[in-house]
Amino acid sequence: MKGLDSFRVERRPDPSGGVVVLVSLLAIVAALAVAAGLFKAYGVSPVRAYQLIVHGALGTPLGLTETVRRAIPLLLCGVGLTIAFRAVFWNIGAEGQLLLGAIAAAGVALFSGLPDSLLIPAMFLAGFLAGAAWGLVPAILKAKLGLNDVITTLMMNYVAMYLVEWLIHGPWKGTQMRGFAYTDKFPDAARLPLIPLTRIHWPTLAIGLALALLAYILVTRTRQGFEIRVVGENSEAARFAGISHVKTILLVMLISGGLAGLAGVGEVAGVHGMLRSSAQISMGYGYTAIIVAWLARRNPLAVILTSLLFGVIMAGGDVIKSSLGLPFQLINVFNGLILFFLIGSEMLMRYRVSFSWRRR
Amino acid sequence: MGWESWIIATLSRTLAYGTPLLLGTLGEIYAERSGVLNLGVEGMMIMGAYSAFATAFTTGNPWLGILVAALVGGAFSLVHAFATITLKANQVVSGLSLTMLGLGLSGVLGRGWEGKPLPVPLGEITVPGLSSIPVLGPVLFQGQNLLVYLTLLLVPLLWFILYRTRTGITIRSVGENPGTADSLGVNVARVRYLCVLVGGMLAGVAGGYLSVAYRPSWTEGMTAGMGWIVIALTIFAFWNPVMGLVGAYLFAALYHLSFRLQPWVAPELLRAMPYAFAILALVLVARGTLHKRMGAPAALGVPYTRGEE
Repeated sequence: MKGLDSFRVERRPDPSGGVVVLVSLLAIVAALAVAAGLFKAYGVSPVRAYQLIVHGALGTPLGLTETVRRAIPLLLCGVGLTIAFRAVFWNIGAEGQLLLGAIAAAGVALFSGLPDSLLIPAMFLAGFLAGAAWGLVPAILKAKLGLNDVITTLMMNYVAMYLVEWLIHGPWKGTQMRGFAYTDKFPDAARLPLIPLTRIHWPTLAIGLALALLAYILVTRTRQGFEIRVVGENSEAARFAGISHVKTILLVMLISGGLAGLAGVGEVAGVHGMLRSSAQISMGYGYTAIIVAWLARRNPLAVILTSLLFGVIMAGGDVIKSSLGLPFQLINVFNGLILFFLIGSEMLMRYRVSFSWRRR
Repeated sequence: MGWESWIIATLSRTLAYGTPLLLGTLGEIYAERSGVLNLGVEGMMIMGAYSAFATAFTTGNPWLGILVAALVGGAFSLVHAFATITLKANQVVSGLSLTMLGLGLSGVLGRGWEGKPLPVPLGEITVPGLSSIPVLGPVLFQGQNLLVYLTLLLVPLLWFILYRTRTGITIRSVGENPGTADSLGVNVARVRYLCVLVGGMLAGVAGGYLSVAYRPSWTEGMTAGMGWIVIALTIFAFWNPVMGLVGAYLFAALYHLSFRLQPWVAPELLRAMPYAFAILALVLVARGTLHKRMGAPAALGVPYTRGEE
């Protein structure tokens, strides 16, 4: 018998990019290996399940476009979260901020009476502002009163969720939708154009890609980006350097909430064409985006890749749901496992681990 | 309804709904006092709820269900403990992944159990004699289950341990200043593991209470954010078990009373109220203290590595 005798860890200097990518990939593989046990428990061969996921999400034209469609809200929310996380503001509220964006867009689409040509820009603007406002509330509460950001952002997700439910059951309930809790359909001028033969609403995708690039420039090339990092890494040093903690937190949450709001606009104007139950509009994009941002190591450009990866997982989830009859919640299990292995593996990068074995 | 029966109904619902909140809060207070923030309460609770229901349903023994819930909650918390104490992973992210994992796993495992009523739920007891005291009798001694009383007994016990025993001093010192505790020969990691484990077991029991006593059934996501309310209550309680009791029952009372607004306010908005209350409560607490940290353990959320401070 062998026993683990000692398990020691020492710090090592900043890991190289290669190590980061390798360790991240290993974490994902490990999570998939554990999840394989679940497939087995359901009497499905894990190999076949993973084949189906990969084929369904990447192997067919339809699957590929669904992957991209799923990645769009993850991209927008994820880019915003990288910025919030850089300032160590724990924005767990992208879900609610997304929903507020969806509400604002629906309000403009259905009730503003704006001329057709202005409708879409006004919806994006309103969505950004609503998401930002929803994100600024916890930011102000943290900056001014020291309230825990995790709690406030999370609580506001629930409030946003019930706000949507209230609107679609109550004041905004559609007149054409007998018995269903939807708003009326948006006018055509309030629908986003799609790439032909797909469900990809390309304007939102383009905005997401452009903002990922802009965010990257913001965090790497500007004074604000530098200040965000200093506030996140060492608030004491930030204070001595004359960087305003309050302003920085408000700025990151304006961006983070606003981008999540844009994602919400994309979902209602590009996918659903109406405001409907929050479970259908979002399906947890705001939570998944936390993993997307974390996996991207808080690098906004890397979010383009990681959001696509989670697009694959979500589109794959649809496939195993429809062809194997497995519950969609498996996706949450995946996500939880991946996140666990990711943070667990971070130590492998930051520290050297040494084991020594003893014989008995 | 006469005012007396109205008060009785309100208070007795408060006691029933406040119990799982209190259980979860007591557990989180211990974990956080030792310096470990566990945001996985929601995940541990829902796993407790599922496993308690499945066990009670299969064996016909609700107490066995509660026991299994404690074990499952504890096992889940150990994952967090391993990640954050041994691997020194970020506590916020680890807790979040625990919640995702718990919600996902219970949803997957519990699919076949949805909507089945539990044949033998946790029995309600009536204390002879005491239950005939006006108002208090029916509230405290009639129609509640044993777990409600056990939870109430836990409050002074956990308070006493935390503030009046060596164990309590050790726990608090590990949460305030692990370096000093370590130099005095305290095994920081072990204390933290145990406190997180206690927290997980209590969260598991809280979930079990929901599915075998409060609403004897299993519904996916039935904890509905209760685990997050617990985190807020822990702050609201200044990490003190007695204040945890006050907070949990106050919150439960507000929650219950808000449903009395049914004729005037839309049900969807009423359901949003507990979450708005939680934020409001924290705002009030924060405004009432000059101290920005509000009495949080100094080392909360910070992994401890010897010689690295």
